[in-house]
Amino acid sequence: MTRRSLLLHCAILAAAVATPFLFPGHTVQMAVLWMMILFAMTWDTLGGQMGYNSLGNILFFGFGMYVCAVTQIGVVYDVAKYTAATGAIKVDFTNKQYFEGLALGVVFAALACTVVATILSRILFGLRGPYFAIGTLGSAIAAAELTAAWSYVGAGSGIAMPVFPGGPGDRERFFYFMFLVATILCYLFLRWLYGTRFGLAINAIRDDEDKAEALGLHTMRYKTVAWCSSAFFLGIAGALFGNMNGFIDPLEVAYPTLTFGIFMVAMALLGGKGTLWGPILGAVLFYTIQQITWTYLLGWQYIALGVLIIVNVVYFQQGIMGWLKDRKPQWFGVRVEPLPGSAARDGSS
Amino acid sequence: MSTPIIEVRGVSKSFGGVLANREVSLSVAEGSITGLIGPNGSGKTTLFNSIVGQHPIDSGSIRFEGREISRLNVQKIARLGMLRTFQQTRIFSKMNCVDNLLISVPHRDGEWRDMFRPYQHALREKAERLLEFVGLYSKRRLIAGTLSFGQQKLLEFAMALMNEPKVLLLDEPTAGINPTLINGLIDRLKRANREFRITLFVIEHNMRVIMNLAQHIYCLSHGEMLAEGPPEAIQNDRRVVDAYLGAH
Repeated sequence: MTRRSLLLHCAILAAAVATPFLFPGHTVQMAVLWMMILFAMTWDTLGGQMGYNSLGNILFFGFGMYVCAVTQIGVVYDVAKYTAATGAIKVDFTNKQYFEGLALGVVFAALACTVVATILSRILFGLRGPYFAIGTLGSAIAAAELTAAWSYVGAGSGIAMPVFPGGPGDRERFFYFMFLVATILCYLFLRWLYGTRFGLAINAIRDDEDKAEALGLHTMRYKTVAWCSSAFFLGIAGALFGNMNGFIDPLEVAYPTLTFGIFMVAMALLGGKGTLWGPILGAVLFYTIQQITWTYLLGWQYIALGVLIIVNVVYFQQGIMGWLKDRKPQWFGVRVEPLPGSAARDGSS
Repeated sequence: MSTPIIEVRGVSKSFGGVLANREVSLSVAEGSITGLIGPNGSGKTTLFNSIVGQHPIDSGSIRFEGREISRLNVQKIARLGMLRTFQQTRIFSKMNCVDNLLISVPHRDGEWRDMFRPYQHALREKAERLLEFVGLYSKRRLIAGTLSFGQQKLLEFAMALMNEPKVLLLDEPTAGINPTLINGLIDRLKRANREFRITLFVIEHNMRVIMNLAQHIYCLSHGEMLAEGPPEAIQNDRRVVDAYLGAH
């Protein structure tokens, strides 16, 4: 890591830590910003780096949220009774019970999502291109409908989450930092992952999967691990978001296919898919635009976002990082290096 | 003739009503350069696809080093050490040349944890040596998709060498390559065979190339084996000449 890059990372980290203290009124919004960055980065693992466009990654977000909720309630109470009362039962969680339940819930959510991703990999990675996209979309919608029909987890009425112990503002600040940590871990993990053989292998699958198979790559292995890593972090994000929101339901909060589910894709495309920083830039820009339209164009906000997405995919397909790569390839290490004496031997046709 | 490394016995393959290969038998000797010729549509590429496991065969047997492989998939066969290049050159177009070579390292005894290892310096050096071997060293940091067609062919050849196969099946290695560079490529193919001890099995339309390169040649016509023999015999074989000139 160069000095400049290290300084940049430190500056971003310092700003991130200071934000909830400087702008206490916007803590939840900023927490969601970190979640958006996590969304875009995890979507890009498949969609950008591996060339498999998933429209159903939101499935892991929702599934993680429910696994965490059931775990948190389950450690002190009967889940079926709790959900049947739809919030009418007042269960007092002690501080210890709350945080132990939350910690256990987050871990279970991450692990359960990884298991689900492994199973879905077996089923869905036989599909390619648009068929994979539709297959994943169908899975996410099916998961939402199944959850909405299952009374053990509150069916359509959802679950009122255990109340966060602490004074006003504490909950927001706590989850802000949880999201910050989760997103940083995700960033560091992907940064490391893309630098290993794994990174090259999923790029190879993106460029030509048949050729990768012909070279003997264990393509299924790579694809499964890639999706599992996305699912792991999305499960954590879901677990945290459910708790920050205080209430979860299948269609609006846990499996919002049309908002968060599409936003993940739009953000990665806007920033430039297939790069580490593209999705991050895209998420920040997209979320900022989203917040502005929600404030100043209320009523028209989805139309404004729709226009942004259309302009993006029609006129600016390569995204911000892709555009930079086209303009300044030398910044990304692309160059011809003439070697004295060997130029004459270079093959060309 | 030394022991055969590939043995094809009575292989048939049809697509719907079209019989692409009918009872084809051949063998490729270990360490040799063997050619496969035939007019367009005679079933050469279909036979290659059958051998490397691209599609299941209808009947017959294919053995690699004495082991039946006709039911294995492409990846498993590649990991056994039998690799193919494609007629329509296939490279990883958005990655640079060095990365194209690095991803081509043998995956024979790849374990789970190998996925997460970085590439050792020795592998990078080897990649650069092979790029020099095919004459692409100065372009090693370029995105492979920006190379010319001929350069992409050379890159694909280097990728195949990086994989250290025992047998390499080349589908028209000189198609689309500048005639003045073909001699250089023939030379490199021969060196790969001699220095890296890779058995070559080559589909080729350019008669000058294949006669110069191969020690033994098979000729397919209408999906059936028409003739076989050393280059001189094939060149003078009446049936082969007729097949190419369209006598039937």
